[in-house]
Amino acid sequence: MTSVAPTNADLALGTPSASEPGNSPRKFNINLRESGIYIAFALIVVLFAILTGGDLLAPQNISNIIIQNSYILILAIGMILIIIAGHIDLSVGSVVAATGAFAAVMMVNWDVPWPIALLVTLVFGGLIGAWQGYWIAYFGIPAFIVTLAGMLLFRAVTLMILGNRGIGPFPDEVRTLTNGFTGGYLGNIGLGSLGGADLFSIIVGLLVVGAIFWSQWRTRAGRQKYLQVVEPFGMFIAKIVIAAVVVMAVIIQLARFRNLPWVLVLLAILVIGYSVVTNRAVFGRQIYAVGGNLQAATLSGVKVKGVVFWLFVNMGVLAAVAGIVFAGRLNQANPTAGNSFELDAIAAAFIGGAAVQGGVGKVVGAITGGLIMGVINNGMSLIGAPSEQVMLVKGAVLLAAVAFDVWSKRRAGASR
Amino acid sequence: MTDSDTILRMQDITKTFPGVKALQDVTLDVRRGEIHAICGENGAGKSTLMKVLSGVYPHGSYDGEILFDGEPCRFAGIRDSEHKGIVIIHQELALAPNLSIAENIFLGNEQATRGLIDWNKTNAAAAELLRRVGLRENPTTQVVDLGVGKQQLVEIAKAISKQVRLLILDEPTAALNDEDSDHLLALLRGLRDEGITCVIISHKLNEVMAISDRVTIIRDGRTIKTMDLVADEVTEDKIISGMVGRDLDNRFPPHESHVGEEVLRIEDWTVHSPTQHGRVVVRNASLNVRRGEIVGLAGLMGAGRTELAMSVFGRSYGVDISGKVFRDGREVHLKSVQDAIKHGIAYATEDRKRYGLNLIEDIKRNVSAAGLKKLAKGGWVDDNEEFKVANEYRSSMNIKAPSVGSIVGKLSGGNQQKVVLSKWIFTDPEVLILDEPTRGIDVGAKYEIYTIINRLADEGKGVLVISSELPELLGLCDRIYTLAEGRITGEVNRADATQEGLMTLMTTHGTEVAR
Repeated sequence: MTSVAPTNADLALGTPSASEPGNSPRKFNINLRESGIYIAFALIVVLFAILTGGDLLAPQNISNIIIQNSYILILAIGMILIIIAGHIDLSVGSVVAATGAFAAVMMVNWDVPWPIALLVTLVFGGLIGAWQGYWIAYFGIPAFIVTLAGMLLFRAVTLMILGNRGIGPFPDEVRTLTNGFTGGYLGNIGLGSLGGADLFSIIVGLLVVGAIFWSQWRTRAGRQKYLQVVEPFGMFIAKIVIAAVVVMAVIIQLARFRNLPWVLVLLAILVIGYSVVTNRAVFGRQIYAVGGNLQAATLSGVKVKGVVFWLFVNMGVLAAVAGIVFAGRLNQANPTAGNSFELDAIAAAFIGGAAVQGGVGKVVGAITGGLIMGVINNGMSLIGAPSEQVMLVKGAVLLAAVAFDVWSKRRAGASR
Repeated sequence: MTDSDTILRMQDITKTFPGVKALQDVTLDVRRGEIHAICGENGAGKSTLMKVLSGVYPHGSYDGEILFDGEPCRFAGIRDSEHKGIVIIHQELALAPNLSIAENIFLGNEQATRGLIDWNKTNAAAAELLRRVGLRENPTTQVVDLGVGKQQLVEIAKAISKQVRLLILDEPTAALNDEDSDHLLALLRGLRDEGITCVIISHKLNEVMAISDRVTIIRDGRTIKTMDLVADEVTEDKIISGMVGRDLDNRFPPHESHVGEEVLRIEDWTVHSPTQHGRVVVRNASLNVRRGEIVGLAGLMGAGRTELAMSVFGRSYGVDISGKVFRDGREVHLKSVQDAIKHGIAYATEDRKRYGLNLIEDIKRNVSAAGLKKLAKGGWVDDNEEFKVANEYRSSMNIKAPSVGSIVGKLSGGNQQKVVLSKWIFTDPEVLILDEPTRGIDVGAKYEIYTIINRLADEGKGVLVISSELPELLGLCDRIYTLAEGRITGEVNRADATQEGLMTLMTTHGTEVAR
């Protein structure tokens, strides 16, 4: 278990089906289908921890996995929403390149102050999303075609901006944001008994654990007040304890290295924010409604075109975030940046339990899917596997994940 | 009865799904050359039985024995049963819309010469089959251009091309108008005379009475009885009491309307087709609904009933719409579904699976779908309130499901319809337009839906019911409008309405009505 993000938000938001009454065999099936991805993730982590002789879970390596996969995970958040709504976005890799290039030109060539440059880059990403969203939502061209065109268009824009060379370096603040770590703000107090882990990071970890407990407790109490069936108290506590142990283990390991990567903080905010939006916000509900049955959503008063349009705007903004993070990490905007990122983001979403037909999926699932691929990449390179083997394994995992989903759906459907 | 009379015997069929016994010791005898009806409420096990017969559930997944022509059969799939001459036509037709009639008929059975498809042979053979089923269409016409009734005939032609000996039709007339239904039933009689045995599953008891020789009633996964229509003096009421296990004195709950002020008026409503340029679908239609009143809208399929309703409901259908809508006497402009909901108008669709429900979601998310704003503060949904609201509807509407977390796609048709109605009642409408509210649901659930409709009227809401079943409109409505070719051709009070009178108005040619 290498990251705070999935376990944290997963447990903080809970799975509604776990608390529904029903006959026990069915409940078990649903749980397996929804939690299968997390079990698979845990098994993969354990497998590579053993194969690498523990190197996978070393402080620096955990830090590397998070930083190296951060931009894919950011893209996966936007992608899962689009896939839930029944669309796809093939252009995100090119948008990452274009926005990164635009940010670099502003900061390096035009000396625009970095906060303004970042803001303008996000707006630029949003405009790209609006362009694609217009053709998809209002003009009615399939997203596959529009974003395939976008893949070419925005790669061309990148080349026009950069003129086939890299631009850098970025201001220090941007580099810290994308590649740096939180400091030891309490005077770098290291705890010897925890391998010299920094006290400040430990306190942050404890606060996160407390927040998980508090939000879970409130959700549970709210449900009980409405006489909903909740999971047994023992199970409830066990889940929180597991979450707390995982969060603390990851944070202590990070604190032993160079504290928390800033992109981890960014990711955690994005994951929690988007999870809450998909679960609790009217807009989130509308995404599922559109993907589940477009016509029924239309006739229920959902402004379907608006929902789809804003989803693509959102994807554009997130692609700009990923573009800044990626360029900042390399300290250079590159014409070939973001190549095939769209495929990784799409694979993350589908490994994470999205349905090909739309209407199904979770932000946390997509993040876990992205981390599964990240751990496979990292673990296999640690044991010195050649890249063709890595590709082979990733392809097999993607196919197996979707096959499992289709199989479990078919089995559930046959019961009537 | 000797075995030579019996073409099919299904003996002691038991089929179990995890936790549910769908069929228990069901026995079905079908005689050679008869039309045999199977009646039962939704969920009684009719479709499961037919899936066992056709091999969708392969041999080994059920207990019992199937004898066809006296030989035991062990079908591993549909191909095996079709090889024996058993063909099933499902309620949802399985044609490829963008292929021609001929291509559809010979799909999987291509007419080839030396490995290449012989189109002359294909089309000629298709034309001959179309003649036999009485469909006057060119075999090269695309199926997408045909109405549902004609598509049904293409399915039957396809079955005949497979040398069918036992033809099974699941709710064949559910989507057909009376004219197409009559044609289909006459065709089935003709096929019977040619020696093709038919099994027909139908909710329309008048058709069962009109066409079948014998009827088997299934209830709760068991065979109740098989009756010979003539020898046993079968009546509709006899079938119904067998299906529901109780005598239904009255298929409609007693109700007296207390009619109040006008709540909805439509004036000079004209709608053009969005796909066929210039075609008028609804022409100068005017009607009104008052509080506490249940108003019927009768019309044959294609008369423009759904189009009228949907165009009023926030312009969900049609282009170049003109006319006026008044709510409580004030003119309103309903440019979107949101506008319509805001002005207290609800429209429950005729096709709940395609247009009414998100089948992969649970009951509570479907109930809240149109009224989510009521559950939200500042854009955030209170899912505890949602649970509570859904639970209230589950009990008040008698939705049969283990919990409001049950997936809607797995409910029976009647329960799905109750979810659709809950969804719209939750938006606090003043006017409800219910399009075929009891289509494809069983007798018991129909009675419950009628009770709900009466309750809505008693609460002072206006209800406009669109239905293909005239007895339903006569039993339910205070006033009935008839629609023919997009025009309102009549307005009849309940006391003066008869099936014959309404049918006459519904078949009036639009041009004969004075403007």
